[in-house]
Amino acid sequence: MDLIRFPEMSRGELRALRQTVDGAFREFTRIWGDPLENLFAPLARLLTFLENLLIDSPWILVLAVLAAGIWLASRSWKIALGSVLALLVVGYLGMWEDTMRTIAMVAVCTLVAVVLGIPVGILMAQSNRMNAVVTPVLDMMQTMPSFVYLIPVVMIFGLGKVPGVIAVVIYAIPPVIRLTNLGIRHVAPDVLEAAEAFGSSKWQKLRDVQLPLALPTIMAGVNQTIMMSLAMVVVASMIGVRGLGQPVLQAINNQYFTMGVMNGLAIVAIAIIMDRTTQAYGRRLQKHAEAGK
Amino acid sequence: MSAPQEQGQAHGIEIRNLYKIFGPDAARHLPAVKAGLGKEELHDRHDHVLGLCDISLSVPPGRITVVMGLSGSGKSTLIRHVNGLIAPTAGQVICGGQDVAAMSDVRLRAFRREKTAMVFQKFALLPHRTVLENARYGLDIRGLPAAEADGRARRWIERVGLKGYEGYYPRQLSGGMQQRVGLARALTNDAEILLMDEAFSALDPLIRVDMQSILLELQKELRKTIVFITHDLDEALRLGDKIAILRDGAMEQVGTGQEIVLRPANAYVADFVREVNRGRIIEAQTIATPAAPGAALPGFTVKARSKLDRVAQRMVEAGAGAAQVRDPQGQLLGVIDLPAILNAMVNSADAESEE
Repeated sequence: MDLIRFPEMSRGELRALRQTVDGAFREFTRIWGDPLENLFAPLARLLTFLENLLIDSPWILVLAVLAAGIWLASRSWKIALGSVLALLVVGYLGMWEDTMRTIAMVAVCTLVAVVLGIPVGILMAQSNRMNAVVTPVLDMMQTMPSFVYLIPVVMIFGLGKVPGVIAVVIYAIPPVIRLTNLGIRHVAPDVLEAAEAFGSSKWQKLRDVQLPLALPTIMAGVNQTIMMSLAMVVVASMIGVRGLGQPVLQAINNQYFTMGVMNGLAIVAIAIIMDRTTQAYGRRLQKHAEAGK
Repeated sequence: MSAPQEQGQAHGIEIRNLYKIFGPDAARHLPAVKAGLGKEELHDRHDHVLGLCDISLSVPPGRITVVMGLSGSGKSTLIRHVNGLIAPTAGQVICGGQDVAAMSDVRLRAFRREKTAMVFQKFALLPHRTVLENARYGLDIRGLPAAEADGRARRWIERVGLKGYEGYYPRQLSGGMQQRVGLARALTNDAEILLMDEAFSALDPLIRVDMQSILLELQKELRKTIVFITHDLDEALRLGDKIAILRDGAMEQVGTGQEIVLRPANAYVADFVREVNRGRIIEAQTIATPAAPGAALPGFTVKARSKLDRVAQRMVEAGAGAAQVRDPQGQLLGVIDLPAILNAMVNSADAESEE
């Protein structure tokens, strides 16, 4: 027996396997491509609308609205002022439009991730079986190289915004799911028992006790999700998502050092703004945890 | 309201032959336990834990029933059967003609909302709600209009002495104040059954006595059916109209404080009550002897239900060596003298060990 060579499938069998799977998937794409594209059309419309709104409105108005939003969430003049300064510099350096596209993209991706992720996290917290099923899926979503799942997504949707959103959401949704699950599971059992003893239904327990007490943890997950969506904009630009990622990609291909650094720093600036804002918002949610008065 | 029971009539609770075995296959081991399989054997041989073994207890309406035992005695398990937080392996918990153990989820929720309220050892307040919002929690669950819930909650917050703290969060309050919120939350629910699971055990001794006084004060007018769990005999004797002593999931003795102190059912209970200050438990009427016919009665009078330490103190202050005991209607019950009082106050077991 030959113990040096691994007993692998023959080349012919392997090729047949690949051809069968590829053929089946191509067939699936042919049949389901259009319906799926129609299904996701509202998402594309939302993203286009938001993008156009940010780009076509007077820049000073956009800046004012963003600053107001940041202040409302963080209640911190420092964060609001720093954000305005950063955006002014980014705009002055000629990246205003791309920055707006990226903000629109991250906003939509985060919205989708939160809308899908929080319910899934809740279900995982309620059922150990669900937890056992979803956890490996999340592991796979986080470790599978994103290029691998870009292939089927692009085959179905072609290049453009929707495949970009899907790729980003797949990559960025695990933290919000995991931390929702964790936050709910860590709610103190004695408080839950009290809720039970006063006759709470399952829904009342979730609404009055589990979600509010898990909220700081869930917010940490949302924060992570935002950061990860931003990290994906460069990869997403490979499948035609416009924004700050595209010039970076161009810079890599053509070795434009300054262009790469400037756009990279613009992404960092947005990341810091969003991180500080969501963290400050998360801290405000925990006001009750502060001792003393 | 829609309840079929008579208005204003508090219900007692009948606990009948309750068994609770913890483990994946509890029902299978029930016959063996009923036939006398012990707690240790069940654990060693079958890896199941015997929580409660053949508990029967009648909780009278409008009184405080204390269930006392050390940790692991099953007292917390027992109180959780009353509102169905734990389902029994066998037996019944009858309340208002219904078996709590047999209720459907929906019925059980309604029962918990309308008939019971609970106070917890570790307070179990909602940390993200203010004192006021915590107090009205039970009413929120029942879906009462906010204005009414607020009004009722404010009244009880004031009654437990927390007026002015309505807007505070639990974490800003001391342990004693937090448990007052817990008490206010339970009372705001306005249920006839109040379950108190080691409610004062986590508090400092002085604050604990304070809280006991508040509870006794409120109970004078509320007349709720209270089940109070404690591991502290002094607390049990002070609060309990009726005391049940649990040990390893089995009932050792049920009776009034006096009965338990004067006539412990077995060595375990006797050990328990050895260190008790008997003067604070025993009432004058208990040791009063019938006055000899025709003999002159002592000039000093004491109340039938006064505790011996108070009686002795008053008699010494007044310089009286003997006194007549009369009940609230003025009926003569008998006479007592100082030597008899002293004799009853000195623990006979202690006296023997001194010799």
